[in-house]
Amino acid sequence: MKLTGAQVIWETILQQGTNIVFGYPGGAILPTYDALVDYQDRVHHVLVRHEENAALAADAYFRATGKVGVCMATSGPGATNLVTGLANAMMDSSAVVAITGQVASHLVGSDAFQETDVTGVTLPITKHNYLVMDVNELPQVMAEAFYIARSGRPGPVLVDICKDVQQKMVDYEPITSVQMRGYRAIKPHGRQNIPALLQRAKELIDHARRPVILAGQGIKHGNAHEEFREFVEKSGIPVATTLLGIGVLSEDHPLNLRMMGMHGEAYVNQAIANADLLIALGMRFDDRVTGNLKTYAKNARVIHVDIDAAEINKNVPADVGIVASVKDILRELTPMIEKRSYPAWMEQINEWRADTKARDVLNVELPDDMLLAPHVMRAIWEETKGECTICTDVGQHQMWETQYFQHTRKNQLITSGGLGTMGFALPAAIGAKFGRPDDEVWAIAGDGGFQMSIPELATVMQENLNIKIAIINNNFLGMVRQWQELMHNHRYSAVEMWTPDFVKLAQAYGMCGMRATNMKETREVIRRAREHNGPVLIEFVVEKETNVFPMIQPGKSLNEMTRRPIQPAALGGGMEFMREKTH
Amino acid sequence: MLIDRIEAQKNPTKHTLVALVENKPGVLNRVASLMRRRNFNIESLAVGTTEDPTISRMTIVIDASKTNAALVERNLYKLVNVIDVQDVTNLPTVVRELALIKVRVTDAQHRGEIKQIADMFQSQVVDVAKESLIIEVTGEEQKVDSILSVLQDYGILEVVRTGRIAMTRG
Repeated sequence: MKLTGAQVIWETILQQGTNIVFGYPGGAILPTYDALVDYQDRVHHVLVRHEENAALAADAYFRATGKVGVCMATSGPGATNLVTGLANAMMDSSAVVAITGQVASHLVGSDAFQETDVTGVTLPITKHNYLVMDVNELPQVMAEAFYIARSGRPGPVLVDICKDVQQKMVDYEPITSVQMRGYRAIKPHGRQNIPALLQRAKELIDHARRPVILAGQGIKHGNAHEEFREFVEKSGIPVATTLLGIGVLSEDHPLNLRMMGMHGEAYVNQAIANADLLIALGMRFDDRVTGNLKTYAKNARVIHVDIDAAEINKNVPADVGIVASVKDILRELTPMIEKRSYPAWMEQINEWRADTKARDVLNVELPDDMLLAPHVMRAIWEETKGECTICTDVGQHQMWETQYFQHTRKNQLITSGGLGTMGFALPAAIGAKFGRPDDEVWAIAGDGGFQMSIPELATVMQENLNIKIAIINNNFLGMVRQWQELMHNHRYSAVEMWTPDFVKLAQAYGMCGMRATNMKETREVIRRAREHNGPVLIEFVVEKETNVFPMIQPGKSLNEMTRRPIQPAALGGGMEFMREKTH
Repeated sequence: MLIDRIEAQKNPTKHTLVALVENKPGVLNRVASLMRRRNFNIESLAVGTTEDPTISRMTIVIDASKTNAALVERNLYKLVNVIDVQDVTNLPTVVRELALIKVRVTDAQHRGEIKQIADMFQSQVVDVAKESLIIEVTGEEQKVDSILSVLQDYGILEVVRTGRIAMTRG
């Protein structure tokens, strides 16, 4: 059939199984928005208030559903505003297709109005990108874009489409399979003898006495949760997860130690530091996970399974490196290994864990005039019984959420990991709510990050999205302040934040707004927010200068954590938590 | 990266990668951008057409004391337009580079000497002017290096080298 380029765009989006597009119109994408009028019954377009948030919402939509998220913007500033969102999707391996309008093909290169070299700008932050100047290429390019975005290690793909291409006619047949000359979803480095590698992995596992599994987001992307649980339970090996790996195994599972790394609980990092075998599955040994590479788990053998060949031996050399999907490997490996348990090793870990419990901030009985963020996180968890999707921003609250919210549901937490994008929580909650309309969705942000995404409150109202927004307000860029306190001699620089009256702000948007300043109010507002059938914004006014511990300072080793004090109950002397070193 | 660099230092050698890429606009830019953003150190990069007009061939030389060649290879593979990558360093290979060297000539005696040197290196004088000569030399990089060092005394005005191209034997 004969279609315009614009119609091809919408046909492909529908054919690829997506019916939500987050976007913002403008001159060079006008023909596509014009065609949208005829697709409105099949495609829901969400008008964001800034293109960055369209990309972030599309990213979160992918994480919530496993379906490719789609965002759309016009040329020039519209497209450049997508950049942060695309970089976020690139770092966290989210399948996103971004469609941008470009000036007419005869104007390309002439510095025309709203012309930017968008494929040039986004080259290093996309898995691949296209500039389409010929409508005959468009059907193939659109199909390839979706295929590349979701296959192998997922990532963002940008398609920049000239305005005249959107208007011209082309013969269109739905493309059901994509054949590409160079691209392979999984490309091992050289020839890979998987049976031999599995045999070596089995031998390493057989001989291990203090093994730890490092579980990453690859398990989620490969939908390997079931295979992973079986492997964990048969092997009897304790699991530490990365930030993005949270949700691959329930955190109430006895073998799930929970999150590792810079702000992981001390016993998790102690287990890794003392391990004799690390089994890394679908993770990439990010510096926030390893600390100092020279001292990282130096007595451990390493089995590393990842779908991306370039991650093997990048940061940590692997004794056994396998380029494959975790699901395929575990299906083979689990039957090969013996059912085991490690009582002595677990006893050691539990001893460290008991020490961590003694230092738990929640041991503190808060006075009536004081609120701490960890207590808020725990209250949200308790009130929701953990039955919700959580989207967090970046900073202190993000780390406290990982520590004090017990994630028991599959892929429950949606957060910006690798890029650390402030302003992620609210657009992410919008994307997640469209992906999981029946789920209770919470956005948790600090006062800094939230002020980056305030305009999206209008999107929430326009779409009438039932989202609960929690702002953890300490009137500081808390994590930056913490670094300045700990690493820059308490010299605060540009971290104090004036904030608006968030309750009135919510009301200005026609949204229910509430505030809590102590535990009693906290529980009450959470309850009322959950009862309210509609969006709610809650400001939690918390102590201004508290730090997230434990903490491995940048460049330090896993065993050089800055710990919480044994008795954080000593709050009388101000919020300056003691610090001590452990070995 | 750190560990890779440490490993690479143990085995300091030049690695030659041959990459077949789709002959499309912007592919060279993608390869160059990859090298830059991963902080890969490349010695030379030569690009040209092949027997198949839809495929270009790149010969990339990496100083393995600074950059892990295997990591470059695996990252190249991630580029959608890259069809094949082969590290030919340890394979029997014909390796060539072409250089044009413009040498200063101050008197007739020098002109004769330079011509003799060119002959010894089986290279050709391809341009003769009043105060300079251009020599075209083809061979492995060491050969180009040698003639350059010999010609140094006469005064080298300009040099252009193509960078290494390579083809496995047989």
